[in-house]
Order: sequence, then C-alpha cells, then structure tokens
Amino acid sequence: MKQERQNRLRHGGIWFGGQILRAAALIVLVSVLAFFLVSVSPIDPLQTNVGQAALGAMSREQIEKLEAYWGVDTPPTERYLSWAFDFLRGDMGVSLLYRRPVAEILAEKLGNSVWLLLSAWVCSGLFGFFLGMLAGHRRGGSADRFVTGLSLVVASTPSFWIAMVLLLTFAVQLKWFPIGLGVPIGAASEAVSLADRLYHAALPAASLSIAGISSIALHTREKMIEVMESEYILFARARGESEVCLILRHGFRNILLPAVTLQFASVSEIIGGSVLVEQVFSYPGLGQAAVTAGLGGDVPLLLGITVLTAAVVFSGNLAANLLYHVIDPRIRKGGTE
Amino acid sequence: MTGTKKTGSRRLTMLVLLAFAVVFLGAVVWLGEIWQEEALVTDFTRKNLAPCQTHPFGTDWMGRDMFVRTVTGLSMSIRIGLLTACISAGIAFLMGLAAAVMGRLADGIIGMLIDLVLGIPHMLLLILISFACGRGFFGVVAGVSLTHWASLARLLRGEVLQLKESQYVKIAERLGKGRFYVAFWHMAPNLLPQFVTGLILLFPHAILHEASITFLGFGLSPEQPAVGNILSESMRYLVTGKWWLALFPGLLLVAAVLLFHYIGQTACRLIDPGSAHE
Repeated sequence: MKQERQNRLRHGGIWFGGQILRAAALIVLVSVLAFFLVSVSPIDPLQTNVGQAALGAMSREQIEKLEAYWGVDTPPTERYLSWAFDFLRGDMGVSLLYRRPVAEILAEKLGNSVWLLLSAWVCSGLFGFFLGMLAGHRRGGSADRFVTGLSLVVASTPSFWIAMVLLLTFAVQLKWFPIGLGVPIGAASEAVSLADRLYHAALPAASLSIAGISSIALHTREKMIEVMESEYILFARARGESEVCLILRHGFRNILLPAVTLQFASVSEIIGGSVLVEQVFSYPGLGQAAVTAGLGGDVPLLLGITVLTAAVVFSGNLAANLLYHVIDPRIRKGGTE
Repeated sequence: MTGTKKTGSRRLTMLVLLAFAVVFLGAVVWLGEIWQEEALVTDFTRKNLAPCQTHPFGTDWMGRDMFVRTVTGLSMSIRIGLLTACISAGIAFLMGLAAAVMGRLADGIIGMLIDLVLGIPHMLLLILISFACGRGFFGVVAGVSLTHWASLARLLRGEVLQLKESQYVKIAERLGKGRFYVAFWHMAPNLLPQFVTGLILLFPHAILHEASITFLGFGLSPEQPAVGNILSESMRYLVTGKWWLALFPGLLLVAAVLLFHYIGQTACRLIDPGSAHE
C-alpha cells in the first residue's frame, strides 16, 4: 500500500514538473512570437508618435537620435536577445511611451485590473453555474429555454457593446455610476478611497461578468442534463428524495468540478474581454495599456503585457489540469500510464 | 401519424426561418454594396436628428443617415467574416490533417502551435497580428483568420487520431496506399461533417472579432464604413445623450450574428441524420 502511494506521488510529481516545463517553454515561444510580430510590422514608430510634420522640421541628427531611441536601426534578433537576457535578470525594459520601467507600469495597471478581472471571473462563474443548473434540471422547460436563449444572445453580443449599453443606461441616463476612469477626476491619489475605486469598477466588472456567463451556463446545462438522465438520479427519485435534495446531493457535486475547470480555462476570454471593456470605460487597466502600446508601437510594454497575460492564462490552464488530475482518478490513471 | 406530421411541419418551419435568415443577411450585403456612395453623403441641415420616420436610426453629427451607414458597415463586416471564417477553417483542416499524417514531429509542432495560439488572449493576439500586418483591411483579415483556427484544428486532430486506428485506414495502409492518398481519400471525407459545422460556427465569431478589433482602432481605417468604426465614433457622443448612434448599429450587429448562429445550428441539425426525428 505504502509503496503504491509513493509511486503515485512520484508519478504525480513528474507529471506536474512536465506541465510546468511545458508552460515555461510556451511562454518563451509566446515572447518570440510576439516579438516577431511586432518587429515585422511596417508601421513606423516615428511616424505614429512624432508625426510627419514634426519629423520634417527636425535635423538629421535629431531624427537619428529618435531612431536609436525607438530601436529602428538595430536588427530584430539582436534586439530580442538583449530584451530576453534583460528579462531573465528581472529587467523588463523601459516603456517608450510612458518613459518609465515596464515592470512599474505593469504593476500599476495590473493593480487596477486585478479586481475587475477577479470579480468578473467569480461573478460570471457563479451566475453561469446557477443558470446552467436551473436550465439543465428540466430539459426543454421554460427556464431551460430562457437560459439557452439568453446565453445565445450574450454570446452573439460583442462585449464592448454590452459595456456601451450599460454605460448609456446606468451612467448617462440614470447617472447612478460614473462615466469612466478608475478614480474620481481631479482627486489626489491619496484621497481616493477603496469605495471610490469599487464605485468606478462596478460597471466595467458588470459588463465583463455578463459577457462571460454564456459558455459556462451552456456547459453546465449539458452536464446537468447528463446527470438528470442518469440511473442514480432515477434511483434517488424512486427512493423518494425531494427535487432540492436531488439537485444538491447528486447534481451539484457531479457538475461542480467540470464547471470549475472550465472557468479556470476561460481566463483567456475574460482578459480578452477586459481589453474592450476597459477601452469603453477609459479604465486605466492592463487592457487599455495594451491598446495604447499597440497603437503607439511601444514594443517593450506590449511584450511585457503579452508575456504577463500569457503567464496568467497558462497558470489558469495548469490549475484546470491539476484540478482534474488531483480529483478525478480516471484521468490520473490515464495520465501516468 | 400525428408524430410524423408534427416532425414534418417543424422541419418546414425550420426551413422557412432558415430561408428568412439567409434572405435577410443577403439583403444586408446587397444593400450595403448599393449604398456605398449614399453612406458618405453629408447634409448639415439634418445633423444630430433622433430616430424619426425618414431616418429610422437617426443621423450623426455630419448629417449622415445612420441606417444607411449601419447597413453598409454591416455588409462589410459580414463579407470580412465570411472570408476570414473560410480561411481559418481551411487552415484548421490542413493543420488537423497534417498533424495526423505527417508523423510525430509535425504532430508535436502543430500541437504546440495550437497551445500557443490558445494561450495568448484572443484580443491581444489579434492586436499583435493586425499590428504586424500594418492594420487596415489586410491586418483585420490576417488577424481574424490566424486566430480562429486553433480550436477547430484541435477538434479535427482528435478526430483524425481516431480515424487512424480504424480498420479501413489500416487496411488501406497495408495495401500500400501512400499517406497522402489515405489522408485525402479516406480521412478527409470523414472529417467533412465536423469541418462544415465548425466552419459555419466560425462565422459569428469572425464577425464579432472583426467589429471588436476595428472598434479598438487596429482594424479598418476610420474612413471606411464598418460597424466597429461607427460604434467607436459614437463613443464620443454618448455622454451628450446621442444614444441612437450606439444603440441601433449594435442591435443590428447582434441581430446579424444571431441569425448566423441560427443558420449554423439549423443547417447542422438538418444535415445531421441523427436528429431527423427530434
């Protein structure tokens, strides 16, 4: 028994190590891909940020200085290698637009975004799960049709438009919430309270949560239908268990794990949606920084954001795999063979 | 008796609705083509009008009719959506097939590519690719086509791996048929249903992502009529209460995407013999 247990632990360790290595390799590849894409771009950083008129008025030396600053004359491989070595030593470079270290900007923007992302992730998961359970409990019933319809409509709606409609209704017409930004306009940063921040993040978080429910709701519904048609439910019914008891004791437990796993794997969707939603609300988060960096050709910042978000997404996927691996014995067996 | 009658009438309703959806979307594309000049007509005597009978969607700050603009924009989005969905489904098909046929190394590389594309948040990868292609029409088409193939490719790859174990493929191999012969003559026909379903379900995604990337400013240039552009312009006028600039174009976009969803699901159900009696 003990031997077997140790064996299993060792196998699990090897599996986990492999997964970590794989994720690390993928992150390196992500950085190479991102760097490649940025460096083949025909968009001239000088034209976009300085402007044609200003460039025309400058002397040759000034232009050369600017070109060196934006890295126009250095070959891409050299630039990538120097960036990568600096990155490994913990130096993520200096943002060309903000003229501050990338790590500092990322920390600040992530600090703004993290509550937004986290609350949207939790809310969409909880609501989606609840709706999916409700729908799957009685297939074809009115709740089922409502939830399926709702999910379809939400899936067909761009998240930025959801955000715009919420903005129109609750901020412009009803004036319940502020129109944009992460903090009150004109307030000193020390004077901003947590309540202010939450108040400003409410609408963006709501838009993101709504945009995220459809996949989890539909997925949970499928699983719930499967469970409700199973023989153990039939047997429980025959024993005379109440519907509430059926759902809580047999349904809930069986569909919780796939739902949590799916939610971990959908981190990427929520981050992607936040890019759009933050743009609508001018919320100073990671997504907005990505758009600014992309439009302005700020390579170090864009790379930093890509690597950071890819790392978050891979940790989400890893967590999903790990959950399955630890909890579901069938997969564990399949994985180590 | 009544059972068959009911099934028949349901199939008929489905067909009628399907025809309606196709006609509606076709009309949007066609009208958009015709109204290209009209969408640019400015008339300052009628600027900032709220929706009324002559201008059902209102007019903007330059007196352009929003209904005409929205339809032209949507027509553009639908055409880009169709194009990009076809390209990315094609990529997915080739990748899925290649992963299974070209040996372990190719399989590993393609698996890695799929993970890579799925690992970067969709919007971010779109921004990167569109930036790499210099934005504009080409940037959007490249961006949307190169980001949507991964999940379908994963699906097709799984399917091919199963097919590889099937008897007739093994027999064909023993008979000395080449890898490519087996791939195209024995595997591809079996992948077709999955492929068609995947392709149709890609349309709505492609349209939505085209609108989103244009909205952010990485897509079609601002002078082109596109739903993303219309909506991002309307952002500036939202606060002053011009709600119609954002509401109606968005609604029409959602309607078009929903109809595509509907067409996709219905077509799949009509094709699939398994659900003929539902």
